[in-house]
Amino acid sequence: MQWVNALLQGVLLGGLYALFACGLSLLFGVMRVVNLAHGDFAVLAAYLALAVITGIHLPLLWSPLVVAPLFGVVGYGVQRFVLQRSLDVSPLTTLLVTFGLSIVLQNAMLEGFSANSHSLPSGSLASGAFRLTPQLAVGHASLIVFGAAVVAIAVIQVFLSRTSTGRRIRAAADDPEAASLTGTNVRHVFGIAAAIAFASVALAGIAFGSYSSFDPGSGPQRLIFAFEAVVIGGVGSLWGTLLGGVILGVAQALGAQVDSGFGVLAGHLVFLAVLALRPNGLIQARLT
Amino acid sequence: MLEAVDLTVRHDQLEALSGVSLSLSAGDTVAIIGANGAGKSTLLRTIAGLHRPTAGRVRLDGTDITDLPVHARVAAGLAMVPEGRRLFASLSLEENLLVGAGRQRPDGWTVERVFALFPWMGERRRQPTIHLSGGEQQAVAIGRALLSNPRVLLLDELSLGLAPAVVGRLYDALPELLGSGMSVLLVEQDVTQALRVASTVHCLLEGRITLSGSPRDLTPAAVEAAYFGLASRPGRGGS
Amino acid sequence: MARSRRPPTVTALLSTVVVLALVSAPYVVYADITSLLVNLFILLVLATTWNLLAGYAGLISVGQQAYVGIGAYTVLVLAQNGVSPYLAIPVAAAVCAAAALPISLLVFRLRNEYFAIGTWVVAEALLLIAVRFPSLGGGTGASLPGLSGFDPALRQAFTYWAALAVVVATLVGAYLLLRSRVGLDLTAIRDDEVGAASVGVRVSRAKRIVYLAAAAGGGAAGALLAVSQLNVLAGNVFSVQWSAYMIFVAVIGGVGTIEGPILGTAIFFTLQHTLAQNGAWYLILVGGIAVVVAMYAPRGLWGLVADRFDLRLFPVGYYLHDERVEPP
Repeated sequence: MQWVNALLQGVLLGGLYALFACGLSLLFGVMRVVNLAHGDFAVLAAYLALAVITGIHLPLLWSPLVVAPLFGVVGYGVQRFVLQRSLDVSPLTTLLVTFGLSIVLQNAMLEGFSANSHSLPSGSLASGAFRLTPQLAVGHASLIVFGAAVVAIAVIQVFLSRTSTGRRIRAAADDPEAASLTGTNVRHVFGIAAAIAFASVALAGIAFGSYSSFDPGSGPQRLIFAFEAVVIGGVGSLWGTLLGGVILGVAQALGAQVDSGFGVLAGHLVFLAVLALRPNGLIQARLT
Repeated sequence: MLEAVDLTVRHDQLEALSGVSLSLSAGDTVAIIGANGAGKSTLLRTIAGLHRPTAGRVRLDGTDITDLPVHARVAAGLAMVPEGRRLFASLSLEENLLVGAGRQRPDGWTVERVFALFPWMGERRRQPTIHLSGGEQQAVAIGRALLSNPRVLLLDELSLGLAPAVVGRLYDALPELLGSGMSVLLVEQDVTQALRVASTVHCLLEGRITLSGSPRDLTPAAVEAAYFGLASRPGRGGS
Repeated sequence: MARSRRPPTVTALLSTVVVLALVSAPYVVYADITSLLVNLFILLVLATTWNLLAGYAGLISVGQQAYVGIGAYTVLVLAQNGVSPYLAIPVAAAVCAAAALPISLLVFRLRNEYFAIGTWVVAEALLLIAVRFPSLGGGTGASLPGLSGFDPALRQAFTYWAALAVVVATLVGAYLLLRSRVGLDLTAIRDDEVGAASVGVRVSRAKRIVYLAAAAGGGAAGALLAVSQLNVLAGNVFSVQWSAYMIFVAVIGGVGTIEGPILGTAIFFTLQHTLAQNGAWYLILVGGIAVVVAMYAPRGLWGLVADRFDLRLFPVGYYLHDERVEPP
């Protein structure tokens, strides 16, 4: 029974990972940018949410309404002024630049917020749970996070496939020059895509912060998990990212059942196995 | 309507265009011919905004658009069908058309009107475009440009990689495009086709115009001389 | 077309003088200076190897710390079994080169960004494996046996000379590698990988050789770390912070030259030590500089200097000496 419970928790954990991963997947699918500062931005979002919650006494569930749009604006700016410029130099420059940003962010947060860990006050949400059976429980918080992941991915997917801006984003991702010839302002639509990605990062950061404690150095580990989810699921498919997140979460949960210190390592091993056997991930699709 | 004045484009040490000037009036079809590397595509791409000229200006309806970015020129009424089709692989046929859709006009181009022009498109509207033949892809690319309701349409090497019969059919559809006073500036490797559809022809050689005139007035010998740069008897309207 | 320029005689003279001066350092300055220099040498070794990977093989790795860790632990294991830690240094380098072979088979399946993070995951996995061995110190670290019998000043001097030997070997090795056939292959790959493959350059082989060499360098650096700190802590030796240092130094100094990392290390070190009191600010500053340099001066600060003054201290390229061909 413990194994079933672990499986269940793993699936729900996968929702959190998918939330982290969908922003990464979007940025990469559209602009070929791997944002190594992805995890650190999520942590920054958690700190910002904390400031907003404690500062103006906003309930946790309302904090995304403030932080996510703010992050969207930040994302647009980062894309147009930093990432676009690095992309113009060479594709691999973005790797170096985002890595630099990651270190700068971590240390800036260290200076600004101290090394102490915090967590977002989630009150009753943290402890509430649905009891399925005497041994199986599904936490309210985990369920909300999983639901948020599904909704976020669905919304982004619909935006990309059904709206004209979404169409232009996909066109620009395929062929930026040809897209500009159709009247698409490529830099602007890339900025929109980045804004969406960063808004999802904000959600992920807030979810993470209410799940567990965070400190300025928590970012890189989140990045790795997000990246593993993207690769396992298959690059270019947002639903694949959900699948990848779930597989990672399950691997970690089952690994932790075997031995309490083994969880994260189990996830890495699964990732490396997928890499060895099926490098394109489990779902191979274009970003449609 | 469209004016290119004294365009010079330099790539590193190579001067691809040297002081090229031409103009287009409403309803005109102007063709640019020349050998490979003569600068034809460079000229078109510079007018579209993909290259910044080292010198010279481009004017649309009297407004100087030389410093406008590519996407802004489309809004101004200039659309290009690029060389090699360049359709979007992750978009369906209909989506490819819709990306081009810009300002709508009451008598303007719509998806339905494009489907009327190319009837086979209707039932394949949801299909990805990678399975289409070269000629079909070219039609979609043209449709995509039309949907922005341009006043000036630039066609870059329509015939590239296509069978002559297919090219012929595409050019046959050209007159229907010119209905609303649209003008067409086309670059073409296939000299015969170009002479057939254009009212004015310019020949480019090594970045310079070597011959201009209406197809009726130009002898094959003159065209050949201008094309290959042979010093020979001058043709009518030659430079 | 002429073969590579010979290095200016200035370089040969200057290098000899510098090396001789450095060798005599333990007799001339206090141990805190030589200890500083040891850290600088370790950083320079890491930056040079990272630069080989990124600048010449086009492999941007964020996981070189895997080999720093393997190198450090190799020294630990050997020392625990009675081998002198100083002798263990070259062994650590060899072990890392050997370990890099199977790892390369895995990570070379990835391109570009995926390669970068894939190497990072490998390092993380190794970290998690290392902490599971209590005999190696588990999560809290193990002290290095075998050096307690030495007089501290003597030990410091030996450590310093070992570090000096490693850094000189690394720089000379990098220089020779790049002037060899492999170096020519790498330049071709850097210019046009597909083109190079089509004329018979064995692209994977060249890249793998560089990857193994960089691993060896990382291992030597890790070994030096163990010897100078007298302690091996998994969270330290496998930390991604090492990649941060390597990358910043190489980017600021200039990726793609041998002089670049030297300049970059000097700058980084100066910043680190003048700003040490201000906590993490030096990292923010260095990171910021690295970001700006990557965006606006892609060939690094050495690149700017070299282009301005047409200076090549360690020439590893080929030059056209003919007159410029004028267009017709």
